[in-house]
Amino acid sequence: MATQTDDPRIIEFDVRTDEMLVNMGPQHPSTHGVLRLVLRTDGEIVSEATPHIGYLHRCAEKIGENLTPRQWIPYTDRMDYLAGMNMNLGWSLAVEKLMNLELPEKARHLRVLIAEMNRIASHLVGMGAYGLDLGTFSPFLYAFREREKILDLFEEVCGARLTYSYITVGGATADLPPGWLQKCEAFLDQLRPVIDEYHALLTTNAIFVRRTAGIGVLSAEKAIDYGCTGPVLRGSGVDYDLRRDGEQRYTEMYDGYAFEVIVERDGHYPKDHDYPPVPKTAVLGDCWHRFYVRMLEVMQAMDLVRQAIDRYSMCSGDWGTPVKLTEKLPKGDAYMETECPRGQMGFYIVSNGGSIPLRARARSSSFCNLSVTYDLCRGCLIADVPAIVGSLDIVMGEIDR
Amino acid sequence: MAEYLQQYLPQSLAYLTAALVHAVLILVVVALGTLIFIWLERKVSGRIQDRLGPTRVGGKFGWLQTLADGLKLITKEDLRPASADSMLFLIAPYVSLCASYVAYIALPFADGWVAIHLNVAVFFIVAVLGLEVFGVMLAGYASGSKWSLFGAMREAAQVVSYEVPLGICVVVPVLIAGTMDLVAIGQMQAGWFFNWFLFHDPFTFIVFWVYFTCATASVNRAPFDLAEAESELVAGFHTEYSGVRWSIFFMAEYSSMVVVSALAAILFFGGWNGPLPITHWLGLADSANPLAHYVANLLGLINFLGKAIAGVTFMMWVRWTLPRLRIDQVMATCLKYCTPIAAFGFAGAVIWTFLFPGGLVIPNKDWVVQEEYQLDEPQAQSAASTSAASTSPLAHADSGLHAEEHHGTD
Repeated sequence: MATQTDDPRIIEFDVRTDEMLVNMGPQHPSTHGVLRLVLRTDGEIVSEATPHIGYLHRCAEKIGENLTPRQWIPYTDRMDYLAGMNMNLGWSLAVEKLMNLELPEKARHLRVLIAEMNRIASHLVGMGAYGLDLGTFSPFLYAFREREKILDLFEEVCGARLTYSYITVGGATADLPPGWLQKCEAFLDQLRPVIDEYHALLTTNAIFVRRTAGIGVLSAEKAIDYGCTGPVLRGSGVDYDLRRDGEQRYTEMYDGYAFEVIVERDGHYPKDHDYPPVPKTAVLGDCWHRFYVRMLEVMQAMDLVRQAIDRYSMCSGDWGTPVKLTEKLPKGDAYMETECPRGQMGFYIVSNGGSIPLRARARSSSFCNLSVTYDLCRGCLIADVPAIVGSLDIVMGEIDR
Repeated sequence: MAEYLQQYLPQSLAYLTAALVHAVLILVVVALGTLIFIWLERKVSGRIQDRLGPTRVGGKFGWLQTLADGLKLITKEDLRPASADSMLFLIAPYVSLCASYVAYIALPFADGWVAIHLNVAVFFIVAVLGLEVFGVMLAGYASGSKWSLFGAMREAAQVVSYEVPLGICVVVPVLIAGTMDLVAIGQMQAGWFFNWFLFHDPFTFIVFWVYFTCATASVNRAPFDLAEAESELVAGFHTEYSGVRWSIFFMAEYSSMVVVSALAAILFFGGWNGPLPITHWLGLADSANPLAHYVANLLGLINFLGKAIAGVTFMMWVRWTLPRLRIDQVMATCLKYCTPIAAFGFAGAVIWTFLFPGGLVIPNKDWVVQEEYQLDEPQAQSAASTSAASTSPLAHADSGLHAEEHHGTD
């Protein structure tokens, strides 16, 4: 490009390149809902990525202050809509903590069973959608094919396929239907070989590894600083899982269950001889590790479901009766955090003695996990932005509530 | 055909009629091919992804789904963004389609069944296919959208880079055959399947895979579909396009896919020659009877189309299996792998052809001692002059220029 200066004899030749501001979202195929990322790009290189949220805000917490805790359960479904059961569980536990309610043994195993099944479903979506972010469509449908079977099972349990409202304060709305456990076991049996297909298509795929290994490296310190939780934190090598390290009321649910927290220790994941090896190019805390942790957690959850099925079927007695819809709450407050598929989901309830809580609040894991985007995306390529955001596996419904 | 018509019509009219017939035939091939291949893509992807694909329109297999979609696209409003450069925005899809359409002119569908018998057909097809990038760049530039611009820039970088290894790969069969004439190259591979250039020597075998990779990249198919990377650039260069114009881009993509597959079929897989010399056994190919020759060509056409469809299906299979590469990895694949391997294959093929001109398997390679293939010079030139006005200067220049070179090297 030639530009004329004041002196007509001198012609300056230069190629002027400017930074460009690009809006990625809220209507973009790979921002997982309505996330808006403002990218400052220099050619293909992203110098800054700022997430903007709030496009899915539905005032769920305010609504919670006008409903009884059991009435608010359907609203928790719609927070992390991919793991509605885990949301129900988190809120139920918080309310039970406030009411100091003890649950029968059978309800405990039922909850573990259902919550871990939903964890499988949620991670399958996370995996499939991540493939989609990297430009491969088929694993997405393979993942949904298996998830569909889980949804069928859930439909038998509670009649809903996405917003379950099944786990509730005081137990669950119904017992498992007869013959359900056999179906569940049959599903797990057929899921096991399919996981290897996923590993072949994504985890060990050369292009997939090149797209994810060493990209978006989140150090353990930074992950802790930002308050990341769940697979994002464990993918950075921090050994922290609320199912083991959480509050007693929550961890006693998992008492007697054999499971290891999925985190890399000395360069090895637990039971890693069963799984594809970590590629040489992968750095702890990169997109590949976050994805891998999720894949291993599917296996872990399958294992937990099997244990829960055994223990549930051995239990006799009551599966827990839900409290009255307008049950009076004791005065006081309670905060409860649970390990949801996306991380640490906290619910806070304040009561002044009525049946409607004074305050109902939620602390979502995706919100904190998303906040690292700005740091991780600096200096990456445009194609890496979906790869990084996808590996955080956010759900906008949970962030905006 | 023009010669035949000349018996009944004045010369100019005869050539015009011949050109029209050829053009319409190719247009039918392009349009029908696109319809079929889009349907095929849906069925193949459905099969890969445990779904059914279209099942309603046009009977059990959804034959007419693409047609129905096409009708829907035609009825859509012609949207043009306010910030778009109007004229360029409007012509961009047609530039793309023209490029891939024109490539069919030099493509022989069977022995001698070619719209214009060019002696530099290989060069012509590769050159013309390279022009498709102009349409994409125009679209990206004229759309007035940042995403489109990204797509266009990626396309420019990628396609221009991949032209280099693609060119080297294409030169290898040309080197073995000693001609750029696709009809002649096809005729040389007659007989058993081991006469195909794919099995000529180990280097051609390697070069074929490099060619296929580069061809996939140059027609923007996954895993190299960066120009329209859905998860990154919304829809890349055609983000702002809708309706008919969008479908024209689609047609361009699919028809260039067919062209590169067909080119691979002729250069490496014997073109219209089947794996077994069936037409020889039946005595069709050597018969003086024009009807027998016609039947042999019809069989050849089926062979040729089968190979082209197999190539396209392979591309579809790849697309629905692999994730997309990143732009720097795409360029690295080109510069670090494709180009050196292609160059190595080229050098190897040169040496091999020098040492064993007959190829890997030696039984009766009669074409080795065949006298030089006679170019049909006047026909090629006159047909070119009567083809569509936009293409004739190019065809003329190419055929004239390279005919000389060709004779020089011989």
